[in-house]
Amino acid sequence: MELIKLLVVDDEPGIRSGVSRVLRDFSVSYPFMEEACKFEIIEAPTGEDAIEIINNNLPDIMLLDNKLPGIQGIEVLEYVSKNHLDIVVVMITSYASLEVAVKATKNGAFDFIPKPFTPQELRSSMETITKQVYFRRMTKKLNTAGKQIRFQFLSVLSHELKAPLNAIEGYLKMIEEKQYGDNVVDYHEIVERSLARVKGMRSLIMDLLDLTKIESGTSARDIKEVNLMEIAQISVDAMTPFAIQNDVNVYLNSHNEIKIKADAREIEIIFNNLISNAIKYNKAGGRVDFAIKLKDDFVVITISDNGIGMSEDDMSRLFNEFVRIKNQKTKGISGSGLGLSIVKKIVDTYEGDITVTSAPDKGTTFIITLPKNKN
Amino acid sequence: MKKVLIVDDDMDYLFQLKTKVEKLGFEVITADGQYEAEQMLESFKPDLAIFDLMMENEDSGFILSYKMKRRYPDVPIIIATAVTAETGMSFAVHSEEERKWIKADLYMDKGIRADQLHREINKLLKI
Repeated sequence: MELIKLLVVDDEPGIRSGVSRVLRDFSVSYPFMEEACKFEIIEAPTGEDAIEIINNNLPDIMLLDNKLPGIQGIEVLEYVSKNHLDIVVVMITSYASLEVAVKATKNGAFDFIPKPFTPQELRSSMETITKQVYFRRMTKKLNTAGKQIRFQFLSVLSHELKAPLNAIEGYLKMIEEKQYGDNVVDYHEIVERSLARVKGMRSLIMDLLDLTKIESGTSARDIKEVNLMEIAQISVDAMTPFAIQNDVNVYLNSHNEIKIKADAREIEIIFNNLISNAIKYNKAGGRVDFAIKLKDDFVVITISDNGIGMSEDDMSRLFNEFVRIKNQKTKGISGSGLGLSIVKKIVDTYEGDITVTSAPDKGTTFIITLPKNKN
Repeated sequence: MKKVLIVDDDMDYLFQLKTKVEKLGFEVITADGQYEAEQMLESFKPDLAIFDLMMENEDSGFILSYKMKRRYPDVPIIIATAVTAETGMSFAVHSEEERKWIKADLYMDKGIRADQLHREINKLLKI
């Protein structure tokens, strides 16, 4: 339960107790809110009292009468805006002349409730205002948490983007300086390495584009009924050359049609990432088992391998951006470190779930559960 | 011939720096991570070491420096990284205070030219 502090400033005791009565047991909830919002009501009969309360215990919302015995409501509002206090101010006044309205809005009043008002009018105004308060709170939270994550993300990203450029630049300089003489053939290996780094960088950029599309939510999602088995087959076919190259067999273990409301491209991104990981972090002669099953209102997707596996510690960091498990066994395996964070983000948008179990040298299993008809 | 240990998890940079340092007339031994390097150092003492900062973890280079200084306090260590330009964090080891906790003798940008690198190595080896 989110608690919202509401200060009622009015010299008429009837209005104050009326507001208290109407809002005491009232709660506001919207689908996007994690919890319903309830009100804690504080009363002030004068502007002076209001300022004192504000200084001691900052309210989220202030219902403010303009016509008060001492200082006027407008002056209280000016105090709030001059001190950059984070309060949503709503004027309640029967003297809502145009002049007061203009002045109050200029000073940051969010809304007006004309007096007299019915309980229903008060409640519906409070709904809109609570939404505003909720958004302000969320933005504040996101800003403090987000800034730090963003900085970390960008510093690692620039490292990841710069490393291949440095490598390629180094090789080009070696060629320019004719380190191996005049024969082009002698540069074969460093040209191959340069091309490999270009390829790695390209896949990083593609992954980044996927990630920003998912994060910003701007990509037009094409949600319709899709057959998961069909997409699974496309992914397996696409990954087959890579599997052959690594001497790994991929088995798709389901046959029936399984329909779900989803964006086919997003599902393909999930499948491709998980299959390519299962192939990459495997061993010669290894296998990948890929199964899709219906269970009640959910689709359960299982991708398991009998490859190199990982430790508990590695598993806990797995879905973070740019995390790549580095050890002797993963030496020479390339990747952007973004694949699983992308998979996780997509699964989240479907309100699904992804879990991983793994044991070193035994293998890894990813299980994704998606609700069938969420979207 | 003086032995230089180079540790970096980027195989291409490792190869390039190895080539560069070999051309300067040193014998080069390489490792591609903190742990591999730690194992090598059990039985081998280089004359100088060049470590990348970010390997397995963001501070692998520091940790490796710290451990190596404990074992071989007299071997100079260079930390090579491109971190400053990317994060705005700077790890210069100019003051005595910084040198104490960073445990490296020199901080070097990865884009360093061969002749600059040669000068710095010679200075550290007192050649």
